[in-house]
Amino acid sequence: MAIFLDSDSKIIVQGITGSEGTKHATRMLASGAQVVGGTNPRKAGQTVTIGDAELPIFATVHDAMAETGADVSVIFVPPAFAKGAVLEAIDAGIGTAIVITEGIPVHDSAEFWATAKAKGGATRIVGPNCPGVISPGKSNAGIIPASITGAGPIGLVSKSGTLTYQMMFELREIGISTAVGIGGDPIIGTTHIDALAAFEADPETKAIVMIGEIGGDAEERAAAYIQQNVTKPVVAYVAGFTAPEGKTMGHAGAIVSGSSGTAQAKKEALEAAGVRVGKTPSETAALMREVIAAL
Amino acid sequence: MDLFEYQARDLFESYGVPVLPGIVADTPEEVRAAAEKLGGTVVVKAQVKVGGRGKAGGVKVANSPEQAYEYAQGILGLDIKGHVVKRVMVAAGANIAQEFYFSVLLDRAERSFLSLSSVEGGVEIEQLAVEKPEALARIEVDPLRGVDDDLAAEIARAARFPDELLPKVVPVLQRLWQVFQNEDATLVEVNPLVLTGNGEVIALDGKVTLDENADFRHENRSGLAEADETDPLEAKAKESDLNYVKLDGEVGVIGNGAGLVMSTLDVVSYAGEKHGGVKPANFLDIGGGASAEVMAAGLDVILGDPQVKSVFVNVFGGITACDAVANGIVGALGTLGDQATKPLVVRLDGNNVEEGRRILAEADHPLVTVVDTMDDAADKAAELAAASN
Repeated sequence: MAIFLDSDSKIIVQGITGSEGTKHATRMLASGAQVVGGTNPRKAGQTVTIGDAELPIFATVHDAMAETGADVSVIFVPPAFAKGAVLEAIDAGIGTAIVITEGIPVHDSAEFWATAKAKGGATRIVGPNCPGVISPGKSNAGIIPASITGAGPIGLVSKSGTLTYQMMFELREIGISTAVGIGGDPIIGTTHIDALAAFEADPETKAIVMIGEIGGDAEERAAAYIQQNVTKPVVAYVAGFTAPEGKTMGHAGAIVSGSSGTAQAKKEALEAAGVRVGKTPSETAALMREVIAAL
Repeated sequence: MDLFEYQARDLFESYGVPVLPGIVADTPEEVRAAAEKLGGTVVVKAQVKVGGRGKAGGVKVANSPEQAYEYAQGILGLDIKGHVVKRVMVAAGANIAQEFYFSVLLDRAERSFLSLSSVEGGVEIEQLAVEKPEALARIEVDPLRGVDDDLAAEIARAARFPDELLPKVVPVLQRLWQVFQNEDATLVEVNPLVLTGNGEVIALDGKVTLDENADFRHENRSGLAEADETDPLEAKAKESDLNYVKLDGEVGVIGNGAGLVMSTLDVVSYAGEKHGGVKPANFLDIGGGASAEVMAAGLDVILGDPQVKSVFVNVFGGITACDAVANGIVGALGTLGDQATKPLVVRLDGNNVEEGRRILAEADHPLVTVVDTMDDAADKAAELAAASN
């Protein structure tokens, strides 16, 4: 099982001939994922060397899907062209579009999200500005290193890439069902709530770690959702207690505006929903080890 | 990036949004000259990127150029919530019959855009939203449709603008939407939008926030940013393309990944509570690469902060290999030579960590302490900062 990504997932890479696209397609393939090709309209019909494999390059996502049966696209296209790439994936009707690119204008994200929604939500969008999704031992779509940990009972959802890696590392003795990096932009496709709902329904996931950070109210809404809908144990971590008001902390969405979006408010909302919140990543991991031991 | 009021005014004007004449001035003499040029009653308005400037004495109505000069002496140099006024705008006085409110902004929760409007403008909108939520119309703006004629009219009616004003208000709302869309803004706010005694609708004060991710497609942005009163260390970091935010503490922080660095700041603060209350001095995300050059540029910025007493380098090697980071640190210390004078606590984990730690052990630099876990390393960095305080 796992969520969003399984051993059957067939992955294409939009921007496979770029340096990041080639590098990470190689890593994905090496970790056992079924990477079946990529797109670059100027090199359609050629192949690209990915590790030991020669993968076909297609002009469009539509062509790639028709030829390979791909159902997941990982997008490494630079910010100025990312909107076009995502719209193309949506238009082709691919099941999942994972947008790794950092620095996409938020008006572009708003436009491709609205387009996906108008098309009935047939395409799941993950990101932008995210590390992607990994179901260890099954598949890997994005830039999360497969070497950190193997398969296990913990579902992980996080706004932050390196905190995802850190948490997987802290919990490496137990292992992960799926880790979903949802990204740190103000407008993202898949939310904490989407991942929580999928983990709740996934029989392989026994407990959930949720990592949030300052900005917006996604964590507060996730807390309300957990209270109503999630029966599996959830522990959480929130970053940015010391962030000053009005300053963007690295991620475009990580900003405290006035009194809204603070880490303290998020922690309080989660705790009020019965979620245990760690003060540091290692304390959060310790809480999760207690949860797993008690299962 | 937030714009100053005068920049928002100029932007509005270029989109055909009615605004009053305004002249920017940096000295009381310039203010007097501006007031003479505008004639009649003028308003001297502090240009700071923070709300509540009226209450802080940063906005004054002057009846003569001499009075404008006197007010400017008080306003220039005024500290408004930590923002020192370096510039004012001298604006023509308005004959205000009624004050309204309009904004269009990013709606993160709905992953869409939202317009807020009210015929009860001029007050803090957060206050209005709490005290009289029924007076604030919230209408979604679909990013694919925008504010067309019909939606502009719907917004104006929902806010209960008088029917006879719609022909004047509707085009203003549409032009403000065009500012939002064409300039890649995340907020365009007009408060107040006023009806004058002559029946004109005018944007009297504006706030605009631009999405920096869209800088690449806006040539006007560098000019707008130049006027900013950036912290000198932040300016220096920006030159090296570093993601740096100056904070008010003693422990310099370098890490990879925005989330991990935010988390590091928190962990340093907690550790600082045990060591005389030392705090993190900055946010600095060196991103994925972490080459010797990037590490040196980062250390250079942090060591240029006289408040910094110790530095905590916290890296989790995901894509980044720890040996590359270790080489980066050793190389950076070599480059900086005698300029590097403050103790460095380094925590490495993840990809190739053994090799990274071996490189640091072999270099055996007198300033560097390697600690295995993030929490212990934060504690050590806080302890070192407190010891040299």
